Amino acid sequence: MELLNIFIKSIFIDNMIFAFFLGMCSYLAVSKTVKTAVGLGMAVIFVLTMTVPLNYLIENYFLKPGALAWMGEEYKSIDLSFLSFIVFIAVVAAFVQLVEMSVEKFLPALYGALGIFLPLIAVNCSILGGALFMQERQYPSIAHVTSFALGSGIGWFIAIVLLAAIREKIRYSHVPAPLRGLGITFILTGLMGIAFMSFMGIKF
Amino acid sequence: MSEATAPAKSPSEGLFSKKNRKLITDPLNDSNPITVQVLGICSALAVTVKLDNSVVMAASVTAVTIMGNFFMSLMRNIVPNRIRIIVQLVVVAWLVIIVDQVLKAYVYDVSKSLSVFVGLIITNCIIMGRIEAFALGNKPGPSILDGLGNGIGYGIILIFLGIVRELFGSGKLWNAQVLPANWIYSMDNPDGWYVLNNFMIMPPMALILVGLYIWAQRARNTKLIEAH
Repeated sequence: MELLNIFIKSIFIDNMIFAFFLGMCSYLAVSKTVKTAVGLGMAVIFVLTMTVPLNYLIENYFLKPGALAWMGEEYKSIDLSFLSFIVFIAVVAAFVQLVEMSVEKFLPALYGALGIFLPLIAVNCSILGGALFMQERQYPSIAHVTSFALGSGIGWFIAIVLLAAIREKIRYSHVPAPLRGLGITFILTGLMGIAFMSFMGIKF
Repeated sequence: MSEATAPAKSPSEGLFSKKNRKLITDPLNDSNPITVQVLGICSALAVTVKLDNSVVMAASVTAVTIMGNFFMSLMRNIVPNRIRIIVQLVVVAWLVIIVDQVLKAYVYDVSKSLSVFVGLIITNCIIMGRIEAFALGNKPGPSILDGLGNGIGYGIILIFLGIVRELFGSGKLWNAQVLPANWIYSMDNPDGWYVLNNFMIMPPMALILVGLYIWAQRARNTKLIEAH
């Protein structure tokens, strides 16, 4: 039940885009058509669900104060947590590179669909943000972390696909010229954020 | 996402030549990192509930952009093209670690309320974007100026958002009461004429304010208007 709670919460209430604005750059740049938005959204779900639990393991077995205790008593006092930024981003970048190479080799069809989006994801703040929130919120187990990561990914996916759908339609409306493009997209995202705020307080 | 890089300059030019001044003034309006280049939006929106957070964040990002541009520009001829992204990430990550430790040491409260967004400077697209678009093709001197200009352009938006949101949302600036307490309507003070706009403190309002800022900017500067 708690897992489901975290899952729903990270999709709707703590939505990566509407509550924390993570991954806004690619969210605004790649949301012109629904098709590309779906591609990027899928890639984000995938990478987020893989890297956040991976970073959780690294955090808990290497970086936390006392995490090195499994290597022996004398390592117990070591605190490497100041290294976490560089380790997390290295894990994300290395993972994205690995995924890109293996997807290209084994799943060419998927590579065709995700292709250009995969490298973009290494610098998508929502991925590193996922790892940092995981560290800050101190989830008790890897199952919690996975459901948080999956939920956040799906929340991001929903947000970008919704925005792309609206932007496809808005092309037929008379938007004031200075507001066209970026300006109206910001305001749209704000209005969608207000709508998402109404999910606040949902609990299972 | 980013404009064309300026061509490499001849060494005889002075530090404050016209071209170099343009490196600083351009990002303030014509190629503002947030409203025109669409870089580094995540942090701009999330930390601007209060003015002090905005200023600290703007200063940190400016520092990292300048240093990142400088170091990558120094290394631009020795880093192989294939691994440049990972080199950039490592350089930026250690700069951010330094910034994080400094913030923790001197402004602990602000560092606490910025939470994950200090770490997220690493993936702040302004830094990677300027390194890719400028520092890798230019000498260290101009790269520093470019970093400074973009940092300031980013800072202007943050400070604008911080002032509007803190003033109208909680009647304060830099945590000091600006609107007199007896103007503000509350249960205890039913004579107050101003009802605090709690909406300003909510995340969506930051987006709408940036949208309005873009509207105002492009209405004055019509060459920035997009076709669609």
